[in-house]
Amino acid sequence: MRALSVFGFGLPLVIGIMLYGLFDPSLAGEYNFELRLPTGLESIGIYLHLGLNGISMPLFLLAGMVGLAAGLYAMNSKAERLHLYLALLLFMLGGLMGTFASIDVFFFYFFHEFALIPTFLMIGIWGGAGRRVAAIEMTIYLTLGALLSLLGLIALYVQSGVDSFSLLELRNYLSAQALTETVQNNIFALLLFGFGILVSLFPFHSWAPKGYAVAPTGAAMLHAGVLKKFGLYGLLQIAAPLLPSGAEHWFPWIVWLALGNIILIGLVTMAQKDLKMMLGYSSVMHMGYAFLGIACFSVVGVGGALLMMVAHGLSVALLFMLSTCVYHRSQTFDLSSMGGLATKAPVLAGFFVAATMASIGLPGFGNFWGEFTIFVALAETDMTKWIVAPAAIGIVISAIYGLRAVSNIFFGQAKESFKERLESGQITDLQPFEKLPACLLIGGLLLTGIFPRIISDDANRELAVLYPQEQSNLPIIESVILPAEADAPKEVTH
Amino acid sequence: MNELLIEFLGGFTKTNQWSAILPEIMLGVLALALLGAEMALPKNKQTLIPRLAIWGQVIVLLVVIGCVGWCNVGESEYFSGLIIQNDMTQIMRAFFLVSSIVVCYLGQIYLSKQSLPKTEFYALVLIIAAAMMLLVQSANFVMLFVALETVTVAFYVLVAYSRTSQFSLESGLKYLILGALSSGILLFGIVLLYGIAGSPELMGSSRDSLNYNELANFITLNTNNLIGVDNMIVKIGALLVVAGICFKIGAVPFQIWVPDVYQGAPTPVTAYLAVASKAAGFIVLIQLLHGPFISLKEFLVPVLSVIAAATILFGNVAAVTQRNVKRLMGLSGIAHAGYLLVGVIASLYVPWAVYAVIFYLVTYLLATFAVFGVMSLAADADDANQELDHYENFARKRPFLGGVLVCGLGSLAGIPPLGGFIGKLFLFVAAFQAGLYGLLGISVLGVVISIYYYFGWIRECYFSAPSIEVVDDASCSATLADRILLGALVVATVVIGLLPAALPIIR
Repeated sequence: MRALSVFGFGLPLVIGIMLYGLFDPSLAGEYNFELRLPTGLESIGIYLHLGLNGISMPLFLLAGMVGLAAGLYAMNSKAERLHLYLALLLFMLGGLMGTFASIDVFFFYFFHEFALIPTFLMIGIWGGAGRRVAAIEMTIYLTLGALLSLLGLIALYVQSGVDSFSLLELRNYLSAQALTETVQNNIFALLLFGFGILVSLFPFHSWAPKGYAVAPTGAAMLHAGVLKKFGLYGLLQIAAPLLPSGAEHWFPWIVWLALGNIILIGLVTMAQKDLKMMLGYSSVMHMGYAFLGIACFSVVGVGGALLMMVAHGLSVALLFMLSTCVYHRSQTFDLSSMGGLATKAPVLAGFFVAATMASIGLPGFGNFWGEFTIFVALAETDMTKWIVAPAAIGIVISAIYGLRAVSNIFFGQAKESFKERLESGQITDLQPFEKLPACLLIGGLLLTGIFPRIISDDANRELAVLYPQEQSNLPIIESVILPAEADAPKEVTH
Repeated sequence: MNELLIEFLGGFTKTNQWSAILPEIMLGVLALALLGAEMALPKNKQTLIPRLAIWGQVIVLLVVIGCVGWCNVGESEYFSGLIIQNDMTQIMRAFFLVSSIVVCYLGQIYLSKQSLPKTEFYALVLIIAAAMMLLVQSANFVMLFVALETVTVAFYVLVAYSRTSQFSLESGLKYLILGALSSGILLFGIVLLYGIAGSPELMGSSRDSLNYNELANFITLNTNNLIGVDNMIVKIGALLVVAGICFKIGAVPFQIWVPDVYQGAPTPVTAYLAVASKAAGFIVLIQLLHGPFISLKEFLVPVLSVIAAATILFGNVAAVTQRNVKRLMGLSGIAHAGYLLVGVIASLYVPWAVYAVIFYLVTYLLATFAVFGVMSLAADADDANQELDHYENFARKRPFLGGVLVCGLGSLAGIPPLGGFIGKLFLFVAAFQAGLYGLLGISVLGVVISIYYYFGWIRECYFSAPSIEVVDDASCSATLADRILLGALVVATVVIGLLPAALPIIR
């Protein structure tokens, strides 16, 4: 069973890397590796239409990587009925890879739901205390979000009149004749709030920390790391490019709600005493940056959001995994009753510190480039310049809670209750089976941190097609290029 | 005299093609044969009767599919316009046959746990199937009423079949009184329409005003020039007929009987009510709205919209607090009736929505029977007392049945990749094309609420504390035949979800 599951979890990543190697960057605006199969729903324009482009490729790889890490970790966990657990994880991984590889928006939705059901079952069967309530609450929330976005997609299908769910056809058709402004606004609202619920946009976030707190590690890694990116991916690949004026109309909403994510949830995160709750809230908080990046509607901003999504996916998965490792050693998630763990488990401490630094946004990790690019994009226009200041406060907040957690767990004096356990000699450092997935994820973070171009080059080419300059809010570029051209005829008249 | 008789008989054979309703006749004969067999067969051979009933119906099903044709038969009229057959009625005949076969099978499971007379059960189920097949083919109010009453009267008996159970008797009485009331309302509406359409001073009046087509002509001709009382009579007549049908499909405010009757009736009968009786009501409603009442669209759509919205909300909200699974299925069935009503309203604007409704009915049939199948096997001798608590640790005790239940409930909740999701998708697309945005919003709200109780049931099966001792209860373990039947329902649900074209309903 072990060999089979290594094969099952490893294959997607291997295929993903192979596809990355074969990726043809000259096809910007088109898809690589297109595959189109009939489903019997041709009459309403649904095909099983798969392919990858510069935006979905990194997320496809992310899914493969986090999937392998989660699988490797889960294989050695002592879960009851392990085979069922691994099967559900693989189902979920299959849905995730399918979602990011779908060109057909119907299947984009379909695969997402497909990944959601294993999450419900995994939380319900293998979750921690309070799982019965959390599983239902999370499922109801996510179904609401999914149905709203489904309505938005159906609206897009019906209103465009193109009679096809293919993203390419929708895009071609809508770029030729855009929808009227009211229709765009309404559809964008459905998509924004539908996807927003799925990404835990403030104030629709309450399912996330509770759900992650009780979820078994593998499910939390895959959900927080990858599945949650579905909504952002939908916004930046489908909603914003197809409905530019709708996006413009809802721009203030996105900004204010995203700031709610960053500041308010940031403060809530600071107040957490439970390690897993803290991680859950911090993952909600970091989504705010991705929303801000998307709200720029520029190549730079959306590209930053994409980088952020990938890096955050890796770092949050790593943190969830390490927090379980901490739990196995301390038997508690309570931050105030640990301490001094680094003396017994230095390697674990090292990984944890690195992951925390990554999530704060230290240079060298992918998260840094994501946040940095988003700030650059925000500072580029006068309209969004002011957002940089409150968003930067968020970095400070995340540094505060991140470092405090590290010091509480690993350094300082052990608390009374914990001291006995710490000195009993039962605590071992990271085992090889824990190191392997951790190294994989750290490796991914460093790779994106040192060579962000492996993602951004292809993504930028693609985004340049999706977000043409004249529609973006980039007065800087306009003021650099356009005035020069605009001035020229003036001189002639003088 | 002789010549007159010959002329009459000649005309009789010309207009009356009995072979057109051969499947219905076969069912009637089979029902009688079962009763005869009970008397003829010795005591130890009585177990042959359910087999005879089931395999007999399979043959009838083959006749329906094979000889009469499956699709594209075109529209043909029989018995001087009493019966019209077309694609839709062919599909629905097969639909009713499949459901009566499953109900017979479930009945066998149920009756094996009770000390009740057995043969009459199958005979009544067969007669109901035949009457429902005639009901959806009727093109005349007389035919409609006779077929409907046959169905209803047989159901009165079946609902109260467990005569030693006070729940069953109570529900039988409730169904009798309210069913009679609704029949009266329906009949009153028919009479009003018959009277006004038959008054010779009005334009387009007809001597055969019970015929759908004649009535449609009359109403269309007179929509604009009827004034005052006459106009009122047409509208009230139509409203009363629709109300009578709404009773059958369990739409608000005629849903009051549903929870009690569903709880008290024997589980297979509940399944029959939930699937076939409801489906028949919807098909008749579609036929009436597209036939005689097509010109009253502007008047009826707002009424139906309010009914649909109230039905969705009531069904879902009331189901949330239910702990008895039979009542829960009844109330959630009300919610499904609401979604289907949205599809029916959409079909007045988008013609293909009729097929979306039928598609939804098929997925609903598969999922509901899967759930009721598990319920029949899980129930003990006290059939009305099936609480959610009984399902604690169910999946651990019986993994196969647990899996079937998850697929059935998931499909009812509309989760991909199961068939119910595609059914809801078609309904939503149709409703969107028809511009029913308000109803769409309410439907989405309803679906979200329904997640709570469907997944709550799944939760009960799977997520209970494992500390409770697992007792292997051999009395309700599934036999091979049970597994084949339930497995087939699940496989069909999944296949339809992944490959909707497997159903030849969508063009």
